[in-house]
Amino acid sequence: MAEAVSETPSAEPGTAEPSRNETHDEEPDGRGAGRGRLLTALVVLSVTLVVSVLAGIALGPTVVPPADVVHFLWAALTGGGIGADEVTGYSIVWHVRTPRVLLAAVVGAGLAVVGVAIQALVRNALADPFVLGISSGASVGATAVVVFGVFASLGVYALSAAAFLGALGATLLVYLAARGPLGLTPLRLVLTGVALAYGFQALMSVLVFLSPNGQAARTVLFWLLGSLGAASWESLPLVTAAVLVAIGVLLRQSRSLDVLALGDETAASLGVDADALRRGLFLLTAAVTGLIVAVSGAIAFVGLVLPHVVRILVGSTHRRVLAITPLAGACFMVWVDLVARTAFAPEELPLGVITALIGVPVFITLMRRRGYLFGGR
Amino acid sequence: MVLSLRDLSVEAAGRALVDRLNIDVEAGRIVGLVGPNGSGKSTALRCVYRALRPTSGAVLLDGTDLTSLKLRDSARSIAALTQESQTELDFTVEEVVALGRAPHARGNHPLTARERALCRQSMERLDVTHLADRSVLTLSGGERQRVLVARALVQEPRVLVLDEPTNHLDVRHQVELLSFLRGSGLTVLTALHDLNLAAAACDRIAVLSSGSLVSTGEPAEVLTPELVRKVFGVDVTVVHHPRTGAPHLIYDLTAPASTT
Repeated sequence: MAEAVSETPSAEPGTAEPSRNETHDEEPDGRGAGRGRLLTALVVLSVTLVVSVLAGIALGPTVVPPADVVHFLWAALTGGGIGADEVTGYSIVWHVRTPRVLLAAVVGAGLAVVGVAIQALVRNALADPFVLGISSGASVGATAVVVFGVFASLGVYALSAAAFLGALGATLLVYLAARGPLGLTPLRLVLTGVALAYGFQALMSVLVFLSPNGQAARTVLFWLLGSLGAASWESLPLVTAAVLVAIGVLLRQSRSLDVLALGDETAASLGVDADALRRGLFLLTAAVTGLIVAVSGAIAFVGLVLPHVVRILVGSTHRRVLAITPLAGACFMVWVDLVARTAFAPEELPLGVITALIGVPVFITLMRRRGYLFGGR
Repeated sequence: MVLSLRDLSVEAAGRALVDRLNIDVEAGRIVGLVGPNGSGKSTALRCVYRALRPTSGAVLLDGTDLTSLKLRDSARSIAALTQESQTELDFTVEEVVALGRAPHARGNHPLTARERALCRQSMERLDVTHLADRSVLTLSGGERQRVLVARALVQEPRVLVLDEPTNHLDVRHQVELLSFLRGSGLTVLTALHDLNLAAAACDRIAVLSSGSLVSTGEPAEVLTPELVRKVFGVDVTVVHHPRTGAPHLIYDLTAPASTT
């Protein structure tokens, strides 16, 4: 099979004009350089993430000295003892801030990774985890809880459960509506998602409008813009597992994602079934997004912009993008949450406001500086 | 017989795009598909590189029906240059060429040293080595076309399916590409618009009109003034290459209606 290509001495276009290739040897090996940069980025981001998490735990309305943070975390993890005068500090560190900071990291990583997957799935630079109507579906569920108190028997989990069910319902609707004779085509998916999102938003507005309780609108709005205020140790395991599974699955599929970006026809000729891959990606991203929205509301912007920022820094191949994006997303979200709860303490800012305020200028600066191209000139 | 189209039919919305097509491509031969716009050339090719499932009939690779193979397995034997050349992401040329290894590579493992050497070799053959670190989105149409052919070669196929491979290419690269195909030993099925290039490069030519095979045979047998008049609606004078004897068509620019 290989002979056809390797045993053909005649007619080599490349030899016709040797002068064109002269500079090649002087150029650095693009692949090698890319790998070095990838490793550097991984190490730098991992260290940054650890430092960010510790800073996130230490800082807040009450500043806990870094030494105490480490001491309390050590005590909690090993079951070691603490002094009686340290109970308040310990409680802040272990019961309040640690789960919240960890949840921020998980949510940031998850949203950023889902953003990469969705942009590959619908082949559109403007796609984010919420483009398929998932967040607005979740909002309808959450609004029903806030306004009418459905699922009251579930107590503090009512909001999360309703949001997840709403996300699931929206996913199912988008999937059924977008399916055509050619499978899930990218454009149909986006159009259906956007159209249904408007529908869900209208439904939510009606619910808020009919609400007997004036506070409801404010609560719903706050939830929509994203918050980690309800973080607890119990909210962590499920979403963490989902995000880790998603990262693993996507990394394994990274070459197929590259191929998918070349177009469906080309994908077929390279042995990738675009429709099957798209169905799998759709289910994976919908489930993960639903779980994330259930614990944190709809935090905009992270899933849209972080994938682009990472591509600008390490190139577009998914193996690299998927290795870097979760770490970048996690670091970013830990700092965003820190700003959210300290800038106007004791008032908390919605996360979506800060992601946009920080993210937009950073993104535009990077984009202008690096001559970044996505989807044409 | 490496590649055979057997009674291949494709219907869409009740209309036959390709109607019981029978074409054989022998090992190491180049067969050209010619025909006017909408005659079903691309549709037939799409069945071969499996972007489309035939409504009836089959494409056989060494006697095996392609639909019985996994997509990935047939992609190891059949590489394609499709009409679609736009990608959304700004991959570098080197990265796009390396994706030709996708049907061979396991999971997301990096390419082996042999595979990387193969990529370099293909890029040199298609004269795109100097573009290695360029974004594919910044290439001209002809440069991109050569990159995509390089990617197809990296696939180490036995059969190469090309849909208008000379589109966007300047005359030098058209001639070089077709010369390369002639010397490559690959089995090639290619759609071509330019009848003269088809006559010069192909061992056999199959003429399609409205989805059906009108004529097939060696270029000199097929490309007669009568057939070109009937299928393409233009008048031609056929001359022969003084050295190779290949037929060459000279188009008569007066409107066909006024010549009769």
